[in-house]
Amino acid sequence: MMQPLLEVRNLKKYFPVVKGFGPFKEIRWLKAVDDVSFTLHKGETLGLVGESGCGKSTTGRAILRLIEPTSGEVIFQGENIIALSQKEMRKKRREMQIIFQDPFASLDPRMTVKEIIAEPLRVFKTRENIKKRVEELIEKVGLSRSHLDRYPHEFSGGQRQRIGIARALALNPKLIVCDEPVSALDVSVQAQVINLLEDLQKEYGLTYIFIAHDLSVVKHISQRVAVMYLGKIVELGPVEQIFNNAKHPYTKALLSAIPVPEPGAKKEKIILEGDVPSPINPPAGCSFHPRCSGKKPICIEVMPDLVEVEKGHVVRCHLYSGEVKRGI
Amino acid sequence: MVNYIVRRLLQLIPVLFGITFLTFMLIHFIPGDPVTVILGEHASPERAAELREQLGLNDPLYKQYLKFLNNLLHGDLGRSIITHEKVLKELATFFPATVELTLAAMFIATVVGIAAGVVAAVKQYSWFDNLSMLGALTGVSMPIFWLGLMLIYLFAQVLGWLPPSARLSIEYSVPTVTNLYLIDTLLAGNWAAFKDALAHLILPALALGTIPMSIIARMTRSSMLEVLRQDYIRTARAKGLGEAMVILKHALKNAFLPVLTVIGLQFGYLLGGAVMTETVFSWPGVGRYIYQAIMARDFPVVQGSITIIALIFVLINLIVDILYTVIDPRIRYQ
Repeated sequence: MMQPLLEVRNLKKYFPVVKGFGPFKEIRWLKAVDDVSFTLHKGETLGLVGESGCGKSTTGRAILRLIEPTSGEVIFQGENIIALSQKEMRKKRREMQIIFQDPFASLDPRMTVKEIIAEPLRVFKTRENIKKRVEELIEKVGLSRSHLDRYPHEFSGGQRQRIGIARALALNPKLIVCDEPVSALDVSVQAQVINLLEDLQKEYGLTYIFIAHDLSVVKHISQRVAVMYLGKIVELGPVEQIFNNAKHPYTKALLSAIPVPEPGAKKEKIILEGDVPSPINPPAGCSFHPRCSGKKPICIEVMPDLVEVEKGHVVRCHLYSGEVKRGI
Repeated sequence: MVNYIVRRLLQLIPVLFGITFLTFMLIHFIPGDPVTVILGEHASPERAAELREQLGLNDPLYKQYLKFLNNLLHGDLGRSIITHEKVLKELATFFPATVELTLAAMFIATVVGIAAGVVAAVKQYSWFDNLSMLGALTGVSMPIFWLGLMLIYLFAQVLGWLPPSARLSIEYSVPTVTNLYLIDTLLAGNWAAFKDALAHLILPALALGTIPMSIIARMTRSSMLEVLRQDYIRTARAKGLGEAMVILKHALKNAFLPVLTVIGLQFGYLLGGAVMTETVFSWPGVGRYIYQAIMARDFPVVQGSITIIALIFVLINLIVDILYTVIDPRIRYQ
């Protein structure tokens, strides 16, 4: 089998939460990303979904080392980038880029579009003609050369996100983490940006990690989907499997929340009880058990492992782990 | 833009009108009048009455005020009651000393303040952050005359490194060109005098620069902290920029706007004459000049100087507002 483009192994990011001071100081850890592993092949799109605060964005950023992970490995093209020095990592950045959620905040307000797109080219001193490359990029994302001398605040949300995409593309990256790239946009504009991302993927053979909380968008763009809950992947599988044959009770609940564009259509909604527990003090056992309808005594005590239920479809739930296999 | 500047200049008129009215009222409410200062306390009442009449002090206040306004509109700030010199001319001789002191103080304040603020923000909660912010808090809270006296005591009295007062030692004299001694001594090619002038400048500039320095440091820190959390800083890092470039090119540039506001305000404030500092260090600037005029109830001098200083203050603010558009492309004036 081909070597995967990206392999994430046991990635963890814990944030310290300090309470009190001096001798009363108490450090607790917020486990934003807790033991996340997955692989990603070239040209593939992995959707990463979950509620707000489940660690999707932190995962995306930790993979790019925009946040230093607490532990784990990120193997990109056969090289563990977590072990790289800051300087070596900076060189790697041309191969892995990110598109942020909020196009109003992610562009430096004091730079023209031209400067924003050209900056990575200047940093890496590419030999190519920068002016020509910038013009090519801006047209590639559906804007025109006349836009280059303007400032970000003169553009609409969708246009800004296009600028963000052009900037991310400038260095011909192999991997792009799309951190909720359309959540801040109008629905009509969302479709345009999604289509643009798909076209670019086909043209350049890009690989995406697509972080979102909108399941219908993820269904459209991804080949595989990972569902996160409280810093852990609870289910991961091909997109059809996840959407047609979800196993984890949490995934089922998420899917039942997708609105159906058919008036009068009857659909059973699974309403989850309670709130997401605090990631500082996650419940013992399976972190989903307080909200789970099918919980068993073991769920309260033991965190289930990921088990493969079908080929390439894993789920973290005792309902499928075959109680005997992993008894207490 | 031109429209905007013209409009702002027109707005100056009511502002200045208000300021002249307020200062006029305030100075006349202080007990005592210049006659006692000129004649001494034991002058005969007849002589005092005569002089009062002569100076026009017996006219009703509104008449005196209107007379002042009338002269002001003709570009005449009147003459000092004590020295009989034209106020404008006297101001012109004292002003360069204040300008020199202010420039030096603001130079120290801006360089040290911004550097400390940036480092404190980048290394938030580090010992440097805590220490510099404690220093800044002390700096803002310190009475400036006390700080001045302590500086004199330490560096002039105990250590004897720097002179305690005045702008230049008596053994040096340089031809006056700009009346900024650092420049004049250089123009004259008198290296020893330049060093002497610089030595005289350091202590007062340090004392005067402490408050703006502290304010600038605190403002830079909080503004930087806000900007450093922005997504475009993350974008810059993702682009592969080095940390120094991220901080200087993206973060500081964006964090600079509020800092510029503070610098402008402090600059205008100091140009108005640092009364305390100039008095403590016997610095022959506008601040000391006004202080002495107030003590002598030299009405025309106080009135005229404050009008001019207010004008400068408002103009500096206008310049800062215009500078915003240079720094931030999102700001446009109609």
